[in-house]
Parts: sequence; structure tokens; C-alpha cells
Amino acid sequence: MSTLQAPRSTARTRKGAPAWVTAVVGRHPVGMLLSAPYAVFLALVFAWPLGFAVWISFHDYFFAAPGAQVDRPFVGLDNYRTVLADPDVRESMVNVGVFLVINVPLTVVLSLVLATALNGAIRGRTFLRVAYYVPYVTASVALVAVWLFLFSDGGMVNQILGPLAPDPSWLVNSTLAMPVIALFVTWKQLGFFILLYLAALQNVPKELYESAETDGASKLGVFRHVTVPGVRPATLLVVILATITGANLFTEPYLLTNGGGPNGASTSPVLLMYQRGIEQGNPDTASAIGVILVILVLLISLVNRRLLERD
Amino acid sequence: MAVHDVRDVRDAPDVPEEQHHASAAERKRLGVRGVLRYVGLFLGSAVFLFPFYYMIVGSLQRKPDTSVKGAFPTGGFTLDNYTQINSRVDLVQSLVNSGIFTGGVLLGTVVFGVLAGYALARLEFRGQGTLFATMLLVQIIPFQLLIIPIYVMIVRTYGLADSYLGMILPFAINSTAVFIFRQFFRQLPEDLFSAARLDGASELRILWSVALPLVRPALVTAVLLTFIGPWNEFLWPFLVTKDTSMQPLAVSLANYISNVAGRAANPYGAILAGSVVLAAPAVALFIAFQKRFTASDIGSGVKG
Repeated sequence: MSTLQAPRSTARTRKGAPAWVTAVVGRHPVGMLLSAPYAVFLALVFAWPLGFAVWISFHDYFFAAPGAQVDRPFVGLDNYRTVLADPDVRESMVNVGVFLVINVPLTVVLSLVLATALNGAIRGRTFLRVAYYVPYVTASVALVAVWLFLFSDGGMVNQILGPLAPDPSWLVNSTLAMPVIALFVTWKQLGFFILLYLAALQNVPKELYESAETDGASKLGVFRHVTVPGVRPATLLVVILATITGANLFTEPYLLTNGGGPNGASTSPVLLMYQRGIEQGNPDTASAIGVILVILVLLISLVNRRLLERD
Repeated sequence: MAVHDVRDVRDAPDVPEEQHHASAAERKRLGVRGVLRYVGLFLGSAVFLFPFYYMIVGSLQRKPDTSVKGAFPTGGFTLDNYTQINSRVDLVQSLVNSGIFTGGVLLGTVVFGVLAGYALARLEFRGQGTLFATMLLVQIIPFQLLIIPIYVMIVRTYGLADSYLGMILPFAINSTAVFIFRQFFRQLPEDLFSAARLDGASELRILWSVALPLVRPALVTAVLLTFIGPWNEFLWPFLVTKDTSMQPLAVSLANYISNVAGRAANPYGAILAGSVVLAAPAVALFIAFQKRFTASDIGSGVKG
């Protein structure tokens, strides 16, 4: 190691490259080469599809045999009009709203409280950490299977509730289907958010805790006036990420409530995109749903950022 | 992931391992509060773990018993459900497909992701800002919202349906992993790099012999995070694979749940057996490497 710690030399420019070359390609043009595969990847599976989605949504687009020359006329905002007038699309947006109203506050409160508790816990740390993270690393498909078993008509949850069991049962009940999905996702993702908060808690200055304690603040007071403001940037991140999760729900309504049932009461926009775009062969309206969602996600991220970063 | 992190983080201090606010006295003797804290934490963890326990118990029972007592059986265990699911879903082939899908993504991420992360962290070149901004944007705009154009492109235009390449392509380089690599490379002292460059080492050589050995822990974290993506992914492989011999386990199990289950003798038992097989590798890997999955490792990826 010691041989590597030679004094820093700034006198020598790299191989005496002329200044204009450096100005055009940067000090280390080899960086362009190293990052080229990733740049191509992003262009191919992100930038181009994003542009293509917008293009499809403004045209009368349909699937055709490979190589066939077909006319796909420009239709302006027609697809958007169709989508916005579609009661199923509206219902799916309302469903996401219900999902977010349950999932986001529950996620923020539970993950912050559990992270705070875990942060001070010394005994059984490893066990507790594993217990809370393990749903996050497990496939939704596998977890949905257990929930199907637990929440089915004759499942354990109804057995425990006995006469209090909802009728119709959870997953086929139009009022309860979406809340069960919201609960499932909260449980599945919570470990990741606890992790985020644990990282954020390390950045709250210890002095703040100490001075609050000398001022005689109660534990709850310390939590409210030191911890909560201290982890505000993490809260912003948690809210944005939970919102994004809500926007791309697919597996849960597809499997847990058997395709967004009952009667579309738990349909998500991505499930509709799949049904409209690929099952029924209308990629143009499906793309319009996608573009609307992208815009909404960006807007919500911006608004949240404004709200939470305000002092 | 790092939505808010566009500030310069070069000088961000290394995140310490999770600190304990508990004082030395508290460590020795738990107060009433401490006991309450542990009761709460352990009760919570029981709620979190119960579905996993139930998954295993249910997969070993001959008949589903949904009573509370049925969740704690004392005997009568059988592996029939595993035989049952294996007769409907080729478990070995599905696991191989999941493995190839995941392996391809890991390879792409480790090779090209490390190169990109290094370039973004330690080099100055044209287009660097754009690349970094795009990487952040990718984390906000979920892939699911772009499935229609990606489906048109990969399945319709390039005819890559029912192929491993088609499955891997949209996930080939995990942007979160690129971000983690960049954060870790950034934390290394600049002197190391300028000294190596003075000695005439090429950037690839510096990356391989100087930088990589120092960020090996980050590599493990990023590989773990990347692993759970494709292994657990359902939507995309579901769209590109119609041929059952090409489907990863998540897809074949989901198809079994939605189509075939009604006709089996003990559908829940078979479904839960399949779930155990799907969940086991990810959970085992995570437990084995849980030390690398801590707040400090992920934290340096997500905080400024």
C-alpha cells in the first residue's frame, strides 16, 4: 500500500492530450468506453421504450405479423379519450388510490417504529432482522399462495374470526379485496423500508438525543421532536417508493384476487394494461394507460418532495 | 432507489454499522421499557414469520387443516404434495430456467454494472451527467409501465419470445446495483487512483487490481439485491414464455395456481409445496449472507 501513496501530481495532463480534446470528450475518454454497454442498455430498454410508448399511444397501433407493412395512422388524443372515458380504467385508478391510502401511512408508521425499536435492540438482533426482512426477499408468487390459503373462505383467518368472518370472504369481497392487497404489500415490503430507516437513523446526530434527554423530554417527545424530523429525507424516499409500488401492482391482483376480482374491484392499472394490451390486442390504449401512469408517478414524486422537504 | 440523491456525495462519510442508542447501563439491565420493546419486537416478528411457518406445515400435510390446531400438527407428515406439484410442473426444469434467467442478469450486472459504476464514480467523460441522471430516472419509472413497448420490441419485432435472451434482456443490468457500485467506488481515496495512473496502469487494470478488491463487500450486497429481482420476477417472464419448458418457477407455479389447482386432490398442499421450492433458495442465500444485508451496506447506496 505504501508504494501507492505517492504525492498527488497535477502537473501532468494525461499523455499530453490537447486542451480541446479534453474539453470535448472529458479528462478520461476511456470512461465512455467502460460505460458504453450500460448506456446502450439504458437506451434500448428504457429511453427508447419510453419514447415508443408515447408514439404508440398517439397512433392506431395493433399487432401485425412480423415484417408486414401496415398502416398505423396518427390519431391524436383518441387513445387517451378512450382510456379516460373507460369506467374500468377509472375504477383501477380509484383502486390504486385505496391501496395508497392504506399502504403508505401504514408503511411509514410501522417501518419507522420498528426501525427505532430495532435500533436500540441488542439481543436477538440477527434473528429479528432476518424475521422482518425475509418477506422482502421472497417471491410474491410464493407468498400469495400462503395468503390464498390463510384468507380463503374456509381459511385459518375466518376460522379464528368464526361468526365475525366477513361475508363474502376477504378475497371475493369487493370492499375488502383491495385492503387485503394493501396489507399484503405492506407486510412484504416492510423489511426494505425498515432497512432504509435504520440507515437514516444512523445520521441523526447523537447530540440531539442527548440534549433532548437533558431537557427532560419523554421518550415519545424525543421520538416526535428528534427522530421524526431527523429522518425526514428517508420518509420522502419511503413515500415515493411506496407510491411507485402502488403504481406497478400486478402479481397481487392477478393471483390473490384472481385477476382483479371481484368484478374489477381490485384491478390495477398494470393489470388492465396487460389485459387490454396483450390479451385483447389493443397496445395503443394500453400504452396510453402507461404514459398516464408515468406522468402521475413523476407528479406525485415531485409533490411529495415539495411537501416533505419544506421546513 | 436514490431519488433524492443528486447532490455530490463524494465527501459523504462512510456509514457506521448500526449504532445502539442504548447506554451501557441499559445493556446490563433491561428496564420495563426494554422488556416492552422486546415483547413488541418478538410479537411482530412472529406475525412476520408465521406465513412462512404455515407454508412449510401446509406443504407437509396430507389434507389441508385450516383450524388453529391444524397449524401445529404433531404427526402425519407427508411429501406427497411435492410429488403432486412435480407431476404438474417440472420442478427441475423450472428451477433450471429460473437459474439461467437469474444467472444471466447477475453476469450482466456484475460485468457491465461494475464497469459503469467505476466510470461514473472515478472518471470524467462526456455524457457522464446524462448517464447518471438517466440511471436515477430508471429507479423512479417502474419497468412495468413500459411493458407494452418492451413487449412489442422483444416479442414482436425481435421474435425473442420463449428464449432466455428475451427473458434476460430487460433486466440485464440492474440500475440499483450500478448505483451501489458507484457509491462504493466513490468512497475510495483519490490518491490510490492518481498514484496508479502515474505508474502507468490502465483504467481496467486499476479497476481490477486496486478498486475491486477494496469493494468486495459491496459486490456481495449488490449480487444479493440483484439476485432477488429476476428470481422472484413474475410479470415479464410470464409475458415472454408461453412454452412451459421455458418458464421459470415463479411463472409455472403462478400458472398452476390460476389454472390447474382446482383439479388437484389437495390443491393448497401442492401449491404450498411449490412455494417452498420457489422461496427456499432466496431465503437460504439471504440468511447465509444476512450480515451483508445491513443498513450500512444498503444505506450507502440510498443515502447522500
